[in-house]
Amino acid sequence: MAVVENAVRPTAGTRIITGNEAMALGAKLCRVQVVAAYPITPQSQVTEKLSEFVEGGKLAAEYVTVESEHSALSVCIGASTVGARAFTATSANGLAYMCELIHWAAGARLPLVMGCVNRAMAAPWNVLNDQQDSMSQRDAGWIQIYARNNQEIIDTVIQAYKIAEQVYVPVMVCYDGYILSHTVMPVDVPPQKAVDAFLPSYTPHTILDPADPRNLNQVTLADPRMDAEGTLCHGYMELRYLLQEAIEQSADVIAAVDEEYGNTFGRRWGGVTWDYRAGDAEVILMAAGSLASEATVAVDALRAQGYKAGVVGVRVYRPFPQRALQEATRRAKLVVVFDKSLSYGYQGPICADLKAALCAVESAPVVHGCVAGLGGRDVKARELVDTVKESLRHLEEGKPIKEPIWVNCQI
Amino acid sequence: MGTRACKHTSGMASPSIGEAGKTGQWRTHRPVVDAQKCTPMKRNTPGCFQCWLFCPEAVIDRSIPIEIDLVYCKGCGICAEQCPSGAISMTPERDADEE
Repeated sequence: MAVVENAVRPTAGTRIITGNEAMALGAKLCRVQVVAAYPITPQSQVTEKLSEFVEGGKLAAEYVTVESEHSALSVCIGASTVGARAFTATSANGLAYMCELIHWAAGARLPLVMGCVNRAMAAPWNVLNDQQDSMSQRDAGWIQIYARNNQEIIDTVIQAYKIAEQVYVPVMVCYDGYILSHTVMPVDVPPQKAVDAFLPSYTPHTILDPADPRNLNQVTLADPRMDAEGTLCHGYMELRYLLQEAIEQSADVIAAVDEEYGNTFGRRWGGVTWDYRAGDAEVILMAAGSLASEATVAVDALRAQGYKAGVVGVRVYRPFPQRALQEATRRAKLVVVFDKSLSYGYQGPICADLKAALCAVESAPVVHGCVAGLGGRDVKARELVDTVKESLRHLEEGKPIKEPIWVNCQI
Repeated sequence: MGTRACKHTSGMASPSIGEAGKTGQWRTHRPVVDAQKCTPMKRNTPGCFQCWLFCPEAVIDRSIPIEIDLVYCKGCGICAEQCPSGAISMTPERDADEE
């Protein structure tokens, strides 16, 4: 695992754009053939940009206007089934409205790519950022990648199609609403020719074709059974095993694609995880997305105060990077996890998963879980610093800490 | 032997007879045709065939006499419901076997 610093050096291809525009440009560079998306804050600019591209003749795609997110993902599923590269994007309640089809796309093993512009789930209404929306879909069978800045968004969507189309698992590219979606940053937009060379055309595992009729995802009962030709066919459980196997194997594919991307475009994002000043760190701050970037600022402050602190960023949340995180936290005595979501009644999902990953590790670090930034509550680097120092104090005094720790909750 | 030999990535089947297994095993009631009442059989003319038309499993032959493929007939009873002359009766499998 490498320290990842991808400062954009201005070139002819550098644009000053929002995260949403980076996502739309990324999809365009991938030459998506079907786009079906329903506008929702803070994702709307993605749909606007893509419809502009299609309408202006800059993207040879079918833009299907739909009446809901449920239909948007249904259209993408249909398009992918007949061999088209399909794209959608949504946020929060839109993602929840897709829920049935999110499971379907994974079970049908369709290599869709979806932009999820992370936003808090209602109720109460809130259009601002946290990661409750995508985290609540973690068990659906999608690969989930969390980008930490706009450059990573455009690079990741290009990587995402390559990953998805190799393992036949859909990929959700998640990025924080407003913090990234509506913030402009310099972004190096890769040249079309280079993306074309990097990303081969989509070869479906099965094409729905009248010349070779199939029943797809038909009722598949509990036990395997012989087909008419005498082959013992997968039952439901075998097909689900294959989905799990593909997602487990995707960790290596994600790393290899990131490496190849780095060789081609000069930027690597760490594969499944990344780290910052973590080599000798005694205390590690862990998060996903832009909050993990903020944690690097906190770590600089902690280092200046004499604390051996570092960041381990969770870039890929599913497959859960169990081995990478075990290795990255091996030398630490404390890991403080900052989740921007919560499994109500327990803890933040990254924290809970990390604890599970570490329970088999001898002399594993203590893990403290925090919930931060729900519903757009700003998370400042100094709040991360204070939380880590409080956490360390509890550890050194041998006092238990009440988890999850709510960062800057003013109740 | 497991299912690794099956190369399907997702659930799929080719439409063909028997693709869903021997569904006749699901049957609890068997359609039994009364030749005295069945219109085509009684008149020896290729008329009616409502049972053939409505059978959701396409296991009834439009022939005289009509033939029902009991290997795949699930025993749903739609043919008996549809028959305008009441020629088909759904008989419990146990009783049908004894006949």
